[in-house]
Amino acid sequence: MPTMTYLQAISSALRDELRADERVLVMGEDIGVFGGAFKVTDGLYEEFGQDRVMDTPLAESAIIGTAVGAAVVGLRPVCEMQFSDFVSCGFDQLVNVAGKMHYRQGLAVPIVVRLPSGGGFSGGPFHSQNPEALFMHSPGIKVVAPSTAEDAKGLLHAAIHDPNPVCFMEHKHLYRRVKGEVPEGVYETPFTARIARPGEDLVVIAYGAMVDVALQATEDLDGAHVEVLDLRSLVPLDRDAILSSVKRCSKVVVVDEANMTCAAGAQVAALIAEHGFEDLDGPIVRVATPDVPIPFSPPLEQAVLPGVDRVREACRELLAY
Amino acid sequence: MATETVTPASAQHDPPVAEQQPLTRQDRIGLLRAMLQMRGIEQRAMSLYRQGKVPGSFYDGFGQEAVSAGAAFAMAAEDRLCILHRDLAAHLIRGVPPERIFAQYMGRADGITAGRDGNVHFGDRHVGCVGMVSMLPDMMLVAAGMAMAFKLRGEPRCALTWFGDGSTSRGDFHEAMNWAGVQKLPVVFVLENNQYAYSTPLDKQFAVDPVQRATAYGFEGVSVDGNDVEAMFEATRAARERAIAGGGPTLIEAVTMRMHGHAAHDDMKYVPIEQVQEWKQRDPIDRQEQRLGALGVDVDELRTTVAQELDAAVQQALTGPMPSAEDVLDGVFCDGEAEPLGDGRAPWSGFGQGDA
Repeated sequence: MPTMTYLQAISSALRDELRADERVLVMGEDIGVFGGAFKVTDGLYEEFGQDRVMDTPLAESAIIGTAVGAAVVGLRPVCEMQFSDFVSCGFDQLVNVAGKMHYRQGLAVPIVVRLPSGGGFSGGPFHSQNPEALFMHSPGIKVVAPSTAEDAKGLLHAAIHDPNPVCFMEHKHLYRRVKGEVPEGVYETPFTARIARPGEDLVVIAYGAMVDVALQATEDLDGAHVEVLDLRSLVPLDRDAILSSVKRCSKVVVVDEANMTCAAGAQVAALIAEHGFEDLDGPIVRVATPDVPIPFSPPLEQAVLPGVDRVREACRELLAY
Repeated sequence: MATETVTPASAQHDPPVAEQQPLTRQDRIGLLRAMLQMRGIEQRAMSLYRQGKVPGSFYDGFGQEAVSAGAAFAMAAEDRLCILHRDLAAHLIRGVPPERIFAQYMGRADGITAGRDGNVHFGDRHVGCVGMVSMLPDMMLVAAGMAMAFKLRGEPRCALTWFGDGSTSRGDFHEAMNWAGVQKLPVVFVLENNQYAYSTPLDKQFAVDPVQRATAYGFEGVSVDGNDVEAMFEATRAARERAIAGGGPTLIEAVTMRMHGHAAHDDMKYVPIEQVQEWKQRDPIDRQEQRLGALGVDVDELRTTVAQELDAAVQQALTGPMPSAEDVLDGVFCDGEAEPLGDGRAPWSGFGQGDA
């Protein structure tokens, strides 16, 4: 198997889909000739041309809205929001038009919205957000968030094959930092959780960039065997995998890079409190970004984003409970 | 505000069919029939609402019947439509039966959305229609997207959507107009200028008549008498011809008047009585009846036939079941294959079907 970065894995999935399925088109701002702000679509324009790797006007509502229209007449659009933050401008089309379509009218909307998300590189308040919980709260939209190169490709294939709107949260900080072996060709990663490292003393539940933070934070934690559960999919949320890890480990730390209130981890914590209470041997502990806009300057940003030290400290305290 | 019918400037580029009278006698009766059905359905539905059989609120298009009837009549079976809440005639022309519309209003299982959405928020996917959402110009982008797919695949098809004067204030109007202009898409935008957005009159909505904005987006805008069903048909027919010939989008401003309140609860006290009286003289159904009467068509018989059909449809809908709450959680997601929109009815004789 070839080794790829997380970014190359996403590119590879797009290329394979464009080759395999003439219904697939990729659309977004600066993704064609320029190859995308992060170069995820680099080279696709040359291979597939301007109709299938489409440079669009700078208009997020229009990107999502026209994708909905194209999807209901048979295409499989993959939209890029240049930064996930900009999806706020397309929120209405995604939440009200795409998300409610099948329930209301039985009309499927097979679109993927790629959302380059997350902070850690001085992107500031408008280039660092993690908006996944907004879409978890909106019925009819699936939300996935890979943490590895293999899953980035497999989840994107599965998202493109899915007959529903899927928000594909791709973490910008992982683009070139995460590498791994990636199977060749088209394969699907299921929308279920994955045990990134098994353990029995405590489980850290995370997704996206926080999986690697959790692994590092708990690699050597005073001899404790710490499990790391990588959610991979937020909608659907893998309830069985979560409750099974809780049953095995009894102590839980839930990590979000997103702002704390009503984050994905809040839903995970509520699920455990409601259905896994008898298996708990301590309070559910959450680590997340406080409810502030993501500040620009490195010391400020590092002070709010969950890092290895904060996760390690939270685990230590809970283990001692 | 211009209210006269304007012939599109590009009419000279139209294929030969445009030089003949494109509407046969049967077509013209079909247009009247669709308008009579629309008015008859909405009048009956208003009664059902007052009887407590239509939950929520009720919205109608009284006085605006020509806008949806004329435009939808010009659309081919393989074209696609996003229909708004004062455009009931479009559903009828595409082939949605009246009893299912009554069931829809009453939140019953046989309604197009089976009770999942209310009143006019529906589109029958089997006849090529996407139901509206309440954020009104949103469907302009969906229509542009459908047109984009047609263009990418090289198909001679067209998408059409309606929206109101209030919609022109929102960003999605701009995004759709711009996108359609940039990509020269086969889409027809029908701006239903009915003088009021809820209670807001035109002079509080825009400083420049939106039909003039089309030029700024790189395509043609035409203003049409929206109470003349044949003028609406002709403007839409020409716009569709242009679209499928690669000439890009058209904005059609249909100048009309909302003769009822925004919804059933609205007494329209903000509308001067003189304005209503003036527009009453221009009722679109009266006008088409006069035309057809002059041609010797028995208009009274048509009225009677439509009324009988609709009375039967009400009775049928009233006997239909309410939806079961057992499956209220089902269908949020599609579990099978995504099935694209199907083709609708296209009764205009110009499409060779002629079953109006």
